[in-house]
Amino acid sequence: MAVEKRVRFRSWWLPWVLLAPQVAVIAVFFFWPAGQALLQSLQQQDAFGLSVEWVGLDNFRRLLADESYLDSFQTTALFSVLVAGLGLSLSLALAVFADRVLRGAGVYKTLLIWPYAVAPAVAGVLWLFMFAPSIGIVSYALRGLGYEWNHLLNSGQAMALIVFAAVWKQISYNFLFFLAGLQSIPKSLIEAAAIDGAGPWRRFWTVVFPLLSPTTFFLLVINVVYAFFDTFAIVDAATEGGPGKDTAILVYKVYYDGFKALDLGGSAAQSVVLMVIVVALTVVQFRYVEKKVNY
Amino acid sequence: MQLKRLSLAALAAAALTSLPAQAQTEIQWWHSMTGGLNDWVVDLANGFNASQKDYKVVPTYKGSYDESMTASIAAFRAGNAPHILQVYEVGTATMMAARGAVVPVGKVLADAGYKFEPKAYIPAVVGYYTAPSGQMLSFPFNSSTTVLNYNKDLFRKAGLDPNRPPSTWPELVGAAAKLKASGVACPFTTSWQSWTQLESFSTWHNTLFATQNNGFGGNGARLIFNSPLHVRHIENLANMAQQGLFHYRGRGNKGDAPFYSGECAMATASSSTYASIKKNAKFEFGIAPLPYYPEVPGAPQNTIIGGASLWVMAGKKPAEYKGVAAFFNYLTNAEIQAKSHQRTGYLPITLASFKLSEDSGFYKQNPGTDTAVNQMIRKTTDKSRGVRLGNFNQIRAIMDEELEQVWAGKKTAKQALDDAVKRGNEQLARFEAANK
Repeated sequence: MAVEKRVRFRSWWLPWVLLAPQVAVIAVFFFWPAGQALLQSLQQQDAFGLSVEWVGLDNFRRLLADESYLDSFQTTALFSVLVAGLGLSLSLALAVFADRVLRGAGVYKTLLIWPYAVAPAVAGVLWLFMFAPSIGIVSYALRGLGYEWNHLLNSGQAMALIVFAAVWKQISYNFLFFLAGLQSIPKSLIEAAAIDGAGPWRRFWTVVFPLLSPTTFFLLVINVVYAFFDTFAIVDAATEGGPGKDTAILVYKVYYDGFKALDLGGSAAQSVVLMVIVVALTVVQFRYVEKKVNY
Repeated sequence: MQLKRLSLAALAAAALTSLPAQAQTEIQWWHSMTGGLNDWVVDLANGFNASQKDYKVVPTYKGSYDESMTASIAAFRAGNAPHILQVYEVGTATMMAARGAVVPVGKVLADAGYKFEPKAYIPAVVGYYTAPSGQMLSFPFNSSTTVLNYNKDLFRKAGLDPNRPPSTWPELVGAAAKLKASGVACPFTTSWQSWTQLESFSTWHNTLFATQNNGFGGNGARLIFNSPLHVRHIENLANMAQQGLFHYRGRGNKGDAPFYSGECAMATASSSTYASIKKNAKFEFGIAPLPYYPEVPGAPQNTIIGGASLWVMAGKKPAEYKGVAAFFNYLTNAEIQAKSHQRTGYLPITLASFKLSEDSGFYKQNPGTDTAVNQMIRKTTDKSRGVRLGNFNQIRAIMDEELEQVWAGKKTAKQALDDAVKRGNEQLARFEAANK
């Protein structure tokens, strides 16, 4: 049975008035800066903005000719998959456990939500301290176990470090949503499955996980966006993109070129590229992944 | 701590300003000095404010060098830049190119009727901040240079003479090997690898780092630090890294801390580390000139400066420029200069203040503090005046990236330096295009 979801308005102006606040917010915080980025990506200007020159697509051409820029796509893909994958699975596991805890649940949940209050740069520094090759407590312990930790020169370790920091920072957010999702699943469904003889593992995969899929899908989109956009401060604090350029993800280069190198045109061109990628990814997610979601 | 100190200073300033009835002209000064150096900046401003009644200099900490530069560029675009801005030497070419945004210091001083005497300054310092026309563009404020710090206690333990630090690179390799044999985990490290191992290394060997006299001769300079001498040096360091004699501890000043803690026995670093070593080190330390390769003709020449200078921003009122000039004139006073030098470990900027420090016996009481001065005070050649290139911030990052590939054993020295030159030259071309 098809239900008519749409509300019909009599007057032509009322919907617009009701929409106006939302449109205004989007216009000021998204369309205006995005338009600026598009505009600046076609310009070349000096740091002080004293001379502005239209250069057409030169900024983009230069980017595509830069091998290190193309490499950083791979770096970013790896980083995002690791952050979203690890972040989602770890926090799902934690949420499932928290959901079963009877005593001390409040303390457990509070501790898990805490890292969300930590700024990304601080998260980067915290992890850097623990893993600093000569003074870090973790790298010291690892050395005791015979494993040499030096993320200053070992790219795999450097990548692991920023992934840890980024995941740790995001787990709280994911955890909150998963926990809320779990708590909204009717107990009767799980009990019914239990009576039918399904063990905890089976109950989770056949009942709980499918019912969680809207939450999981929402978090997948959010986490991909997070990995793409919000992680530059972690990279800046922990590795500065090194060794070499091996942890220089796309958004870090946008930040570096724009704010440290003061190359606004080049930085804007990269933002536009990044914007296109994330829009494309989100479209893909909504078109293909969303079909597997049961609301 | 810092906030408290700042608010105390603000309170004190507020108390001072409420007294005189006639309005003072305020001069905003944005800087990047933290900790003890922030106290120094505040003391300088207070000293000036107490010395006269017409102007009040208000120093404000605006974050690290690159942060305060970004902040003032944003402020300039919004039309409320500070009067005085402290800019690190890496940003010099960017500021020079921003002709409409800054006023040359030489002009500010001359307009206010002060005489500017370039000869009074240490050549390598003033030369760095002077335009090809001879006009002084910015006011040299805190300048440092590259030195070799070493741990005398560890030298003794390794059977080395603590009063004979290695003066050449082959000697340094020998000393590092002995230190390692005596159980030192990290015989040698470095801070600011591009500054100490390539830029200062070049002028110290009277070898060009870039064409057009390292950018002093005008536009169109291109990097040439992939010469056989440079490749040989980086190869040498790569070999040291492989044998565990050289430990890479990260970009920027990250090499300083392991020296302070006594973990690394030798470190090439900025001479401005003096105050921190003196405060932190629980061992006897020495300061030696940068090592060199003895068979290179003309070596050792002079090292180059780091640190920062004060730029005057455009678009202010004439009365305010008079105040800026009065403040700079106050700062050139030999006694204030000498006091600053002795307090911070930064170089004395005028020859008179060097003389004053020498006569007062400061260098005798604090051995090693004259090392930096002696490296700088020599007459510079065209090849050794310094390195002043556009987009240098990015070029330094490129050098960091490429050198890391060498230390990790992924690239040979030659390959990495060739790549760094190629990538750096693209940055130079881009800077020229944006600043035609």
